[in-house]
Amino acid sequence: MRVLVIIPAFNEAANITQVITSLHAEFPTADLLVVNDGSLDQTGQQAEKTGLARVIHLPCNLGIGGSVQTGFIFAVRHKYDVALQFDGDGQHLAAEIPLLLEPLYKDEADVVIGSRFYSNSQGFKSSPLRRIGIKIFSLLNSLIIKQKITDNTSGFRAYNKKSFTFLAESYPADYPEPEAVIMLGKNGFRLLEVESRMRERQGGQSSIRGFRSVYYMLKVLLGIFMGALRPRIKRG
Amino acid sequence: MAQNIYPSRIQVLAIIGSILFLIFIIELIRKRKIKEEYGLLWIFFSLVFIVISLWRQGLEVLSRLLGIFYAPAAFLLILIIAMLLILIQYSLVISRLSEHYKALNQQIGILRLELKELNDRVAHLDDEKRRKESR
Repeated sequence: MRVLVIIPAFNEAANITQVITSLHAEFPTADLLVVNDGSLDQTGQQAEKTGLARVIHLPCNLGIGGSVQTGFIFAVRHKYDVALQFDGDGQHLAAEIPLLLEPLYKDEADVVIGSRFYSNSQGFKSSPLRRIGIKIFSLLNSLIIKQKITDNTSGFRAYNKKSFTFLAESYPADYPEPEAVIMLGKNGFRLLEVESRMRERQGGQSSIRGFRSVYYMLKVLLGIFMGALRPRIKRG
Repeated sequence: MAQNIYPSRIQVLAIIGSILFLIFIIELIRKRKIKEEYGLLWIFFSLVFIVISLWRQGLEVLSRLLGIFYAPAAFLLILIIAMLLILIQYSLVISRLSEHYKALNQQIGILRLELKELNDRVAHLDDEKRRKESR
């Protein structure tokens, strides 16, 4: 199985080197792909300097959705079997990757999501306000796709060929994670959550803060409702 | 209501204005400053304005039909509908363009990486060839 780890990164110069080296140490057989989303800092150069990752420099900032989708397209073009999203801010633990891959290898799921809220996962669980938002997404999404998904905003996900090929065709642009759950669920992909621990971000700044977070909630809620109203996409 | 058969000053101005507007739009399309598909709505509404300014009773008839008490309000209604339709068309166009823009950015990013890797490999092969030749 050829595994591509997609690392979306926007202005993550403080974290990217550490993320790449820890990924390489834990999972040397995987190919690492950093998608540098038009960063204004040294993210891209730092990533290249490690010599351990391939780096795509997007000419303009596309947002996290556009970056991750670039990785999916790359995975399709280069015939990978598994694509794994691993955020460039250092909040995920590379050591947990095998937990996400196992259900894919056993063909028990098409998409595996690392969840902070599944059963009694330990570790950082975001701020109280964010947790309320995540709870709302969880309720809505669970109702729409009739399966309980506890962590819809997690950016720690593994996809098999079938599911990343689907997302390479269409993927929401900004704040894509909750909407992607709906798209995948409604289109008959098997979703599975596994317990995951996350760390508080090591450096840099989240892109969702202040007024942005209000916009984030509204945009994602609209995306979720529209996702619920859209018909299934026919696949060959 | 006694009607003057001669056009009032405002009617003349309205006719001239809406005809000039139509000419302006057609000129922009002719010079390819506006694409035909985006000019259609503008042409349609400038024709509507010409009709309104030529046919003086038109607005009265229309407002009676719609149950609008004050005839100029019917004109404002048409104007607002025109604006809304054109703005919605813009949203459609912008959304399509941003989708294309995203796809192009992604392809450029991927191709740049592939080109770089290809160049590195060619450089590597050249190096090897030179080393063999010098031996």
